[in-house]
Amino acid sequence: MKTTRLIIVAVGGQGNLLASSVLGEAALMAGIPLQMSEIHGMAQRGGVVESALIFGNARSTIIADGEADILVGFEPAETLRALNKCNTDTVVITNLAPLMPFTVNIGKGVYPDLKQLQNLIRAKTAKLIAFNAAKLAEEAGNPLAVNMVLLGALIQTGVLPLETEQVKEAMQRKTKPAFLASNLKAFELGYTAAKKAA
Amino acid sequence: MHKLLTDKPGEKMLLLGNEAIARGAIEAGVAFASTYPGTPSSELSLNFFQMSRESDLYFEYSTNEKVAMEVSAAAANAGVRSMCVMKHVGLNVAADALMTLAYVGVKGGMVVLTADDPFMFSSQNEQDNRYYAKLSGLPMLEPSSVQEAKEMVAYAFDLSEKLKEPVLFRTTTRINHSSGIVELGKIRKRITKGDFIKDPMNLVTVPAVSRKLHVKLLKNYDSAMQLAESSTVNFVEGDGGWGIICSGVSYNYVSDAVEELQIEARVRVLRVGFSHPLPPKLIKDFLGRCEKVLVVEEGEPYLEEAVKALAQEGGLTLTISGKAPELFSRLYEYNPAQVRTKMAAYFGVPHESPAVPDLSDLPEIPQRPPTLCAGCSHRATFYEVRKAAEGLETIYPTDIGCYTLGLLPPLSSADFLICMGSSVGTSGGFSKVTDKKVIAFIGDSTFFHSGIPGLINAVFNNHNFTLVVLDNGTTAMTGHQPHPGVDMQQLKMDGFGRVSIEAVVRAIGVPHVTVVKPYKVRKSIEAIRTAIDFKGVSVIISQETCALYAKSLKLARRKPFEVTDKCRNHRDCMDNLACPAFYVWNERIKIDPNLCTGCAVCAQICPENAILPLKEKKVTA
Repeated sequence: MKTTRLIIVAVGGQGNLLASSVLGEAALMAGIPLQMSEIHGMAQRGGVVESALIFGNARSTIIADGEADILVGFEPAETLRALNKCNTDTVVITNLAPLMPFTVNIGKGVYPDLKQLQNLIRAKTAKLIAFNAAKLAEEAGNPLAVNMVLLGALIQTGVLPLETEQVKEAMQRKTKPAFLASNLKAFELGYTAAKKAA
Repeated sequence: MHKLLTDKPGEKMLLLGNEAIARGAIEAGVAFASTYPGTPSSELSLNFFQMSRESDLYFEYSTNEKVAMEVSAAAANAGVRSMCVMKHVGLNVAADALMTLAYVGVKGGMVVLTADDPFMFSSQNEQDNRYYAKLSGLPMLEPSSVQEAKEMVAYAFDLSEKLKEPVLFRTTTRINHSSGIVELGKIRKRITKGDFIKDPMNLVTVPAVSRKLHVKLLKNYDSAMQLAESSTVNFVEGDGGWGIICSGVSYNYVSDAVEELQIEARVRVLRVGFSHPLPPKLIKDFLGRCEKVLVVEEGEPYLEEAVKALAQEGGLTLTISGKAPELFSRLYEYNPAQVRTKMAAYFGVPHESPAVPDLSDLPEIPQRPPTLCAGCSHRATFYEVRKAAEGLETIYPTDIGCYTLGLLPPLSSADFLICMGSSVGTSGGFSKVTDKKVIAFIGDSTFFHSGIPGLINAVFNNHNFTLVVLDNGTTAMTGHQPHPGVDMQQLKMDGFGRVSIEAVVRAIGVPHVTVVKPYKVRKSIEAIRTAIDFKGVSVIISQETCALYAKSLKLARRKPFEVTDKCRNHRDCMDNLACPAFYVWNERIKIDPNLCTGCAVCAQICPENAILPLKEKKVTA
């Protein structure tokens, strides 16, 4: 089975680990071998959370620089920061709603211009799908569902060996019942947004 | 029911490495477990803690790793299967117990888990704990994958009972924090009660006894070596002439590289899972079939040096390489591409990496370091200490916990740190040799862990410093584990005692002790100033529940605050506190009501009193 390498980057609190666990559950149900790893020591203290998911027969649980097939960024500056994980064939999906690092808030840094950020990513990788996932999550009735919006976009690209229905079923198993309807809606909105962007 | 207690052999689950190891212990019938929390091992203990609340598994958060080792050692000496869990540097704390426990041995199986942290994702050093196996003479096992980690725990318990001594189980962050699909096995019945048979001439380590026990340890070492020769966790793959010796996660990178470089027919891989004592015959036999050998191991050249020594013993002159400027480093963790590239170069295999884009024209991306949470009481205390110490030349020794983040501006309240508890001991030294005011910070859990002896030392030797105990009522950094000062009723758990930090500090004889509430800014600054002015040892205990913990306990929430029109943009709040609930909008400071915990510290330092509780209707708007 072909190996597919996915990197998800997010800021602590954006639900990266839940998104990863939904994909993991979907792979488990589909019988697809999967290795995952995450660095989440400081997730609750505003740091960056990075997950690596490797579908297929590889044994490694991490992804080296330049070796991601697809990168999903929950926050635009973090997507840009993770470009070292990409090669010229990598597909990139990014949320365009920034979360200001406190270093910017206290005047110790400048947030990158969003237009320039998109142009740079587009020029350096195979494809960029960029949209405001926070807005779609709100539209779905759950501002915390940015992760599910981006999951929808990720599945739409067809890069992963997972079907929409498998992921939706995994969402049923892994997300809180009270949020399931809004999460599914968020997934759909992300899926459609990615289709439009393509 | 806890998912790891599921009694369905054959069922598959997606488990975190730490969960898989906990499950492996349950399958092996572990009945007693102890720990002091430390990343990357923390989730392992958390699962034990949760399972102990709904089964007859005994689990405790001990005050430190040495105590954890001792309680488990006793349980194992009464015949009960026990497991002791810690991060790599925790084994330094427990080493005193471990070194002589190796002499005494155990009756029931005992597994000591050490979680190493190459790259120091959340640690102060990246020491390679394989040397503890060598130092103590104990067996060591190292898994390469999540599934194998689960299986290997049962193997470790059996090995421990066979040899009648503890077994070291070494993981690295990429085992603990990786997830994989794991097949559940059968759960062996837990035997929770044991018996202790008096045998002082073998169990009380006076010199005459220890001289005898060291002989026993060396005999065990030989038996362990025999077992390593035929162990299924040491295995060879392939029959080519290019030899690769590896262990732990390096094996994964090697396996993937062999496939990607398509050199299956050329290589012979020895995966070492039983890494102490190493099997000399197996290794010499392996070397004898190779033209040249590459050793792939993160950390120190532990395997490499042993393999080279065995080659010399066997009269083998083939090239053996590992750590070298052009090959592998002793620094940090490895990755698949790095291992593949080095293997290709070493064996002369053509290899192309994917085309990577030139990233030299990327704009500078603002850093996003972890920071103290919105409403964190440590932020308030740091601010108050700095205010109280204005005009003084200070040294701020700090300690290990969330508050180490006080390092960053604008708080800048951390000057020196080496290990758990070092804030107190180093303060004594600094205060003796400099004329600066020494103000140290230590958390509540760290105070219990190893702060107390330093404080006793300071009182006895008449040191001159102020110790600030940042008491937030939990072990916050590693995920809110209990410690001896925690009110267990809040967790709805009975049957625990509670130790008061203030009572301990007073009992030690500290001459100047004050308890402050850090959300009361003016009062706290005054109290801290008095403590700083005191000549001798003074202690400030700054008490306020961790903001995250309060949220998880669903304690009454305070109203969020807002910056009103009275604001004249002095930015004292931002420049002195930089709470993550602040943000800048149209050149003005705003407060995110979803992040603000209502601690009101910024409101108290605002020169215009412009920060006020948010009006009710605006919260929902």
